[in-house]
Amino acid sequence: MSLAEAHVGNGFVISRLWTEKRYRSIFFQIIALALLIALIFFIVNNTIANLQALGVSYGFRFLAQPSNYDINQHLIAYDSTSTHGRAAIVGLLNTGLVAVCGIILATILGFTFGVLRLSNNWVMSRIVYVYIEATRNVPVLLQILLWHGTILNLPTAKNAIVFFSGTFFLSNRGLTVPGPLPEPGFQAVPIVFLIAVVGAIVFTRWAKRVQDETGRIYPVFLINTVAIIGLPVLTFLVTGTPLSWEIAEMGRFNLAGGVTLRPEFMALWLALSFYTAAFIAEVVRAGIQSVSEGQTEAAYSLGLRPGRTTRMIIVPQALRVIVPPLTSQYLNLTKNSSLAIAIGYMDITATLGGITLNQTGQAMEAVMLLMAVYLSFSLLTSLFMNWYNHHTKLVER
Amino acid sequence: MKKTIGILAAVTSATALSLGATAGTLDDVRAKGHIQCGVSTGVPGFGFTDDAGNWQGFDPSVCQAVAAAVFGDTSKVKYTPTTGKTRFEALKSGEIDMLARNTTWTFSRDVDLGLTFVGVNYYDGQGFIGRKSLGISSAKELDGASVCIQTGTTTELNLADFFRINGLSYEPVPIETNEEARTNYVADRCDVYTTDASGLAATRSTFDDPDAHVVYPEIISKEPLGPLVRQGDDQWADVVRWTLNVMINAEEYGVSSANVDDLKGGSDNPEINRMLGSEGNLNEMIGLDKDWAYNIIKQVGNYGEVFERFLGANTPIGLERGLNALYTDGGLLYAPPMR
Repeated sequence: MSLAEAHVGNGFVISRLWTEKRYRSIFFQIIALALLIALIFFIVNNTIANLQALGVSYGFRFLAQPSNYDINQHLIAYDSTSTHGRAAIVGLLNTGLVAVCGIILATILGFTFGVLRLSNNWVMSRIVYVYIEATRNVPVLLQILLWHGTILNLPTAKNAIVFFSGTFFLSNRGLTVPGPLPEPGFQAVPIVFLIAVVGAIVFTRWAKRVQDETGRIYPVFLINTVAIIGLPVLTFLVTGTPLSWEIAEMGRFNLAGGVTLRPEFMALWLALSFYTAAFIAEVVRAGIQSVSEGQTEAAYSLGLRPGRTTRMIIVPQALRVIVPPLTSQYLNLTKNSSLAIAIGYMDITATLGGITLNQTGQAMEAVMLLMAVYLSFSLLTSLFMNWYNHHTKLVER
Repeated sequence: MKKTIGILAAVTSATALSLGATAGTLDDVRAKGHIQCGVSTGVPGFGFTDDAGNWQGFDPSVCQAVAAAVFGDTSKVKYTPTTGKTRFEALKSGEIDMLARNTTWTFSRDVDLGLTFVGVNYYDGQGFIGRKSLGISSAKELDGASVCIQTGTTTELNLADFFRINGLSYEPVPIETNEEARTNYVADRCDVYTTDASGLAATRSTFDDPDAHVVYPEIISKEPLGPLVRQGDDQWADVVRWTLNVMINAEEYGVSSANVDDLKGGSDNPEINRMLGSEGNLNEMIGLDKDWAYNIIKQVGNYGEVFERFLGANTPIGLERGLNALYTDGGLLYAPPMR
């Protein structure tokens, strides 16, 4: 066989692109990619052409214009002379607030219910079972409306339920609690708190190293708790309790002063937390049940006490199963918070995607920004949880 | 992989199809045999569904009048309920052919949003309703109050201006629809509810005890409400505009659904004759049947008749004509001549 013949035998024939396995997948992927790019190009082109035909101006200049509307719950300074951009940030913070509060409460409730679900107490585990099934299978929007409806049926502001000797007020205008008023010298407390946290981290690392080297065990958890809680409290007392409380008083229409959790916030927060908690409970149950009984027995036979067995053997293994689905529950909660629109909680969907969109008519820009916001929220949560997952996963040796 | 390509192809062709419908709206409407009319989600008197589930009211009447002009049949209307937020996108995207839904004519909506207001069918202004038990007589005493507002409307902006100018504080309670706003107000979530005065009167008529509530005297804005169409289709805009003008002119000339049959053959008023088609060729100019104006007046009625039927003193709403009387009666209604 001459060299030339061999070359012909291996020569490239166009039909091999779809007949031969090694080329086929690449060939079709390139075609799909080309079509996708063509489609995106077509959509963008089409949108621009139609917008021009309609005579609608586009761009993001509207973000610098005054918004002219008020927002009832703003974590940063805001009034109707602020810009649309600032209104969007106010909405963003409100979304963040309800997401963070929701994640914290849902986690606490979810872990509690998940453990109770496995309880040996038959009544307890059945009750939790019914709760989980009922909550998981009712659309969250209905649950939000239910909570909101319930809160609206509370007594009116003038007949508010008062407790803790006239400092807390609960009515259909929300829950009003005393507002903290820091006095000079209070700054020391958060500073000490931060120092305590940093110190606790350093101490934990050091204690672990000592344990690895010598086998000596320090009561790390106890010492850290005392440091993180005790030191700031001590500072607070030493500096002469530089904090006073502003108690709300009934004004002509509303309670004035104090801090008010609005009904819309409470309804959304509670509904999202209880809804997501039901899913988290199942995730936690699955995680605990995934650790085989043999692990416990093995630990006991090594002489570990039950508390230490749970903390060092069962929980780390359960967490590996729990963390990935937990991440997606956190993401769901954050995205579900956009249902706020149904009850008038001013999240970013209501400010940027609602009033701003409507007043400026910049629908495409607003919706694109909204998508970017939810995407970054989700990616950030995901990033953190992936880091945590990496941290807890089994180290194979 | 094949599946992906199939989906891509389907998406591409679907997008291409949706591009086609940009011809004249009048031709489109004739071709599909009905008018797609955007209405509110429900404001007593202004737009509501009757016991049989049909849309009725002051605003749907405009759509019915256009259907009478184009098809000679008021039933050839299909309705799309829209909220304060969805209405403009529905119109701009071509989902609806016209919007007849208490919508305020403003500069930015007219110029920037790509919409054309064809006229004003109700001159309104924003007011406040509150319980008599609050013991106040003016909106300027509302410092610190909670105020329910329909979000996505001009009322939101007027409200912010009013409280800022008067140096008052308040808590806005934003709500999506008139019905929900009513629920929140009745539950005392807010002290007062603000919207256009006509809407307040309409909403008050649905309360268990309307007399326990008072509409404060301050009217804090100009709210000319009217039907609107997409910008860039002048023929269709003319059809809707002159349908409204026929209703107003008919009242001025004393033509009503009761006497239009007698006047159709001709009268001694050339304005009436031109409008009803016994003189001149106005119908050819606008591209409609000879009986277009007759059909509007016969099947829907003149402006005054429609007003009395849905909003007037004999209805639960009980609104006065006020600014909405003819200019000859001291109001603002004034339609260009039929010539």
